[in-house]
Amino acid sequence: MNGLSRRAFLFATATASGALLVSWKFARADQALPYRGARDEAQALGDFVRIEANGDVIIGARGCEIGQGVKTSLPMLIAEELDVGWDRVRVEQLPYGYVETDKGPSNRYGGQGAGGSDNIPSGWKDLRQAGAVARWLLVQAAAARWDIPAAQLRTQSGAVIAPDSRRLGYGELAAEAAALDLPKDPVPLKTPDQFSIIGKPTRTVDGEAIVTGRAQFGIDAYFTNTLFAVMLRCPHLDGGIENVDDADARKVPGVKDVIVIEGPNAGDPIDGVLASGVAVLADSTWAALKGRAKLKVEWTEGPWAGESTSALAAKAHELLDKNADAVPVRNDGDFAKARKQAPIHLDARYEMPFLAHATMEPPGAQISIEKDKAVLIASLQSPSGASQIISKLTGIARKDIEIRLTRSGGGFGRRLKNDFVAEATLIAKAAGKPVKLIWTREDDLQHDFFRPYGVHAMSAALDKKKKIVGWSHRCAATPRNYRDRGMTESKAPLYIGCVEPDDFPAGLVANLEKTYFPVASGMPRGWWRGPIHTFHAFAVQSFIDEIAIATKQDAVQLRLDLLGPPRRMKYEGSDQPGFDTGRLAGVLQLAADKIGWKDKRSDGHGLGIACHFTFGGYAAHAFEVSVAGSELLIHRAVCAVDVGRVVNPLGVEAQMMGGTLDGISTAMNLAITLKDGQIQQRNFSDYPLMRMAQAPQSVEVHIVESAEDPSGAGEIGVPSAAPALANAIYAATTVRVRKLPLLAELKRML
Amino acid sequence: MPDTSTRASKTPPLPAPTGAENKAQEVQINGRPYYPDGDPDMPLMWYLRDVLRLTGTKFGCGIGACGACTVLIDGKAQRACVTPVKATLGHAVTTIEGLATDAGLHPLQRAWIEEDVAQCGYCQAGQIMAAADLLARNPNPGDDDIAKIPNLCRCGTYPRIRRAIKRAAQIAREGSQ
Repeated sequence: MNGLSRRAFLFATATASGALLVSWKFARADQALPYRGARDEAQALGDFVRIEANGDVIIGARGCEIGQGVKTSLPMLIAEELDVGWDRVRVEQLPYGYVETDKGPSNRYGGQGAGGSDNIPSGWKDLRQAGAVARWLLVQAAAARWDIPAAQLRTQSGAVIAPDSRRLGYGELAAEAAALDLPKDPVPLKTPDQFSIIGKPTRTVDGEAIVTGRAQFGIDAYFTNTLFAVMLRCPHLDGGIENVDDADARKVPGVKDVIVIEGPNAGDPIDGVLASGVAVLADSTWAALKGRAKLKVEWTEGPWAGESTSALAAKAHELLDKNADAVPVRNDGDFAKARKQAPIHLDARYEMPFLAHATMEPPGAQISIEKDKAVLIASLQSPSGASQIISKLTGIARKDIEIRLTRSGGGFGRRLKNDFVAEATLIAKAAGKPVKLIWTREDDLQHDFFRPYGVHAMSAALDKKKKIVGWSHRCAATPRNYRDRGMTESKAPLYIGCVEPDDFPAGLVANLEKTYFPVASGMPRGWWRGPIHTFHAFAVQSFIDEIAIATKQDAVQLRLDLLGPPRRMKYEGSDQPGFDTGRLAGVLQLAADKIGWKDKRSDGHGLGIACHFTFGGYAAHAFEVSVAGSELLIHRAVCAVDVGRVVNPLGVEAQMMGGTLDGISTAMNLAITLKDGQIQQRNFSDYPLMRMAQAPQSVEVHIVESAEDPSGAGEIGVPSAAPALANAIYAATTVRVRKLPLLAELKRML
Repeated sequence: MPDTSTRASKTPPLPAPTGAENKAQEVQINGRPYYPDGDPDMPLMWYLRDVLRLTGTKFGCGIGACGACTVLIDGKAQRACVTPVKATLGHAVTTIEGLATDAGLHPLQRAWIEEDVAQCGYCQAGQIMAAADLLARNPNPGDDDIAKIPNLCRCGTYPRIRRAIKRAAQIAREGSQ
C-alpha cells in the first residue's frame, strides 16, 4: 500500500515548483499515456490539472479504479477547488507515479493503492489542495494581466472575474499561470457552502466507455509481439513439482514454450509467486489453454496434504472447549467473575467459512521486460507492491518500471497481492518476450488469498435488570496473516485480521474479554472487502440479537442502550477520529425507522437489523424476509449509512447497494472448502454468486447528512448485511442460523 | 514502445474471397465479414479478443456460467466462451462494440449511462447484450422477465440493471412513436 503522507504530496508540489510546465515531463513522452495527443498549447498546472486553450480541463485520476468509483470521486475533489464546471472536465487515468527523491522513494501523485477505504479520506486532505493551487495560479495570472490585486478577483465555473465583471476563461490564462511559481504555503480551501461539485450526484466518468466496450481493463491490453501464457499450478497447498512431461503440450499448434516456475519454500514469506507451477506460452490464449491441458505433471503433496475444513472446524472447537493456547486481545474488568455472579447468561458459536474474492476479471498481467526497463499493464490495487516485486525479480530499478493503471474488473482485496505480477514477470524474463498472463476462473478460485476461516464463541452475562454486564468473544481462526514478510518478522499480534480489539461493544460493557486462538492452516489468507469487519460483525450482531430475543428485549433498543450517549471512543487502527457511538446509534435508528421496525408484520414475515463501524464509516441494515419451504424471499432491504460528508451521493448509493448485495450473496451461498489438502470449488458452478433472480428488487439506501470529514464507502456496505439477514430469518422462522453459508444451513435446519 | 491498442479498427478484416462458396467460411461480426483461418475450435470469445482485439466481450469463467462474454448470434444472446468459432460460420455476431448504430447509442446503452449502472464495469457489456436479446423479444419486460437474465455481477448492480432495462424499454417506445 502506498500510505500517502502529506510530506509525499508536498514534495511532489515542491518539485513542480518553478517548473510547472515541466511537471508533466516527469513522464517521458512515450510514457505520458494520459496526455497522448494532448494539444501543444495545453498547459499543466501541477501534477493533476491540465487546461486546454479552449478551456477544457483534464484532471488526472490517481487511484486504482476497482469499481469503488474513485476515478470519478477523486477528480471531483480537484475540480471543486479548481472551480470549473464538471461538464468541462475530462478525466484521464494517471500511471503509477513512483519517483526518487533525496529522502528516498516517493510518489508524485500521493497514495495510489486501493485498500482500507482510504482513497476519499486521503484525497480529502490533499487533492482539494491540488485543485486550489491550480486555481490560485490562474487567479495570479489574471491579476498580473489586469494589474488588479488577486484578492479582489473571484472565480466561477472556469473563469476569473474582476470586480468590474470582466472575465477571463481559464483557457486564456493557462499559459501565463503555468509560468508562475507555486504558492509557498497551502492556499485556502472553499467552505462547504461554496461547493458546487462535492455533494452532487455524479455519474461515473467512464459510463459511455463501459457501455460501448471501449473501457480498458488490464486484461484488454496487448503488447506487440506478446506471448500468451497460462499456468498449471500445484493443486496441493505448499506442494511442489516432482516431474514435468511437456512433450504433448509442446506439440499443440501455437505453443511456443513451457517454463517451470518454482514456488516459495514451505513456510517462507510470500512476496512473489504463491505456488509452484508450469507456464505454457503460445500465440493465443486458446492455444496456451490447449497446451496446458496436455501437460503431465507429477506434484508433491506438501505438508498440508491431510487438511480439510471439517478438521479445521474440529480443531477450532477443541481450542475453544479447552480454552487452550489463548492469545489475549483485550480484557476489561473480570468477565469470569461477572458471569459467575450473573443470573442470566447466554452462549453461542458462529462459524465462518473461507471465502474467495472471485473478481469478475480474474487476476492476470501484461508485462514487457527489456534489459533495463519494464512496462506493466494490469488491474491492480497495489501498484507500489507490483513495482517492488518486478524490481526484486528483474533487478530493474523501480524508476525504470512503468506501470500503467487501468480499470480493474473488481478488487475486493484480491489485488492487494501481486502474485500474478510476479508470475508474469518470471515468465516474461524467461521467455525474453512480452507476456500476457491469463488466469482462468479455476486458477482464481484455487489459488486465492482467502478470507480466514474461524469459529466465534460468544458469551454474555446479564444482571436481573437484563443489562449486559459481561461479554466474552473468543475467536478460533486461521490467522489473517499468511506469511507476510513484514508481519512474520515483526511478530505483529496474530489476532490482527480476525479479532478487532475495539469493536462494539468494547468499552460499553464493564467486564469484557476478547481472546484469540490461532488455528494452523496451509490455506493462503488475505484481505477480503471489509476485512476483520465482515468476519466479526456476523458473530457480534447475531449474538446481540439472540440476547435480545432470549431476554425479551427490543433488539434496536438493546443496542441503543449499550451505545449510550453520543461520544467518541478510541478505535485502534482507524485514522478517523475514533468511534462515535452517536453516529452508530443514528444509522441504527434510521434503518429501524425506514423498515418500520415497530410495525407488526403479516404472518411469516420477519424483520432483522444489524449495524457496524468500518474504516470510519457507520452502517446499519434491516431486512424483511419470509421463508417459503426452504426458499428465502427478501421483501425489503434497507441500508442506512453515515460516511461523513458525501462527495458523490450516486457513488455512495452504488457502494451501499453493491455492498449490501455482496454481503448477502456471500452469506447465503458462498464457501471455499478443503478436503485432502485440496480446494473443492472450481468455478461459478460451485461458487455460486447471487444472480438477479435471487437479489432483492432494490436496496433502499438512506444517507445521513453530515459535516464530518468523509470516510470511504467501498467496504462499509458489507459487514452488517449478513447478520441483519440472519436476524430477519430468525424473526420469520425461529430458526437461528449460526453457520455460513446460511442457505445450506437453513435447509438443513428447517 | 509496446502497442496497447485494443481498437478493432487497427485489425481490419481479411479481404473477402470471391465466390459464393466461401460464404460458408464467413462470419459477420458487427456487420463486417471475417474469415477465421485459425483453430476452428477456438471459442468465439478468444477469437474476438485475441485475434480481432474486440475486447468489449469479457472473459469471466470459460464455462458459460457468468455471462460476461455474452454476444448476440443472429440476435440471440449466446455465451461466446463456449461457442467455437466454427459454429458461428454463416451467422451474424453482434458484440458490444457493434450495438450502437449510426443513429447513436442503443437505448440500453443510453439507459445504462443515465442510471449509472456500472461499478467495476467488467460484466456490463454481457449484461447489456443479454438485455438487448430480452428487449428484442419483449419490448415491455416485467420484473420477472428481467430477473431471468442469468448474468453474474460481482459488484451487485442488479437493482440499477433492472431500472436501466425499464428505462431503455421506455426510450425505445418513445423513439418508435
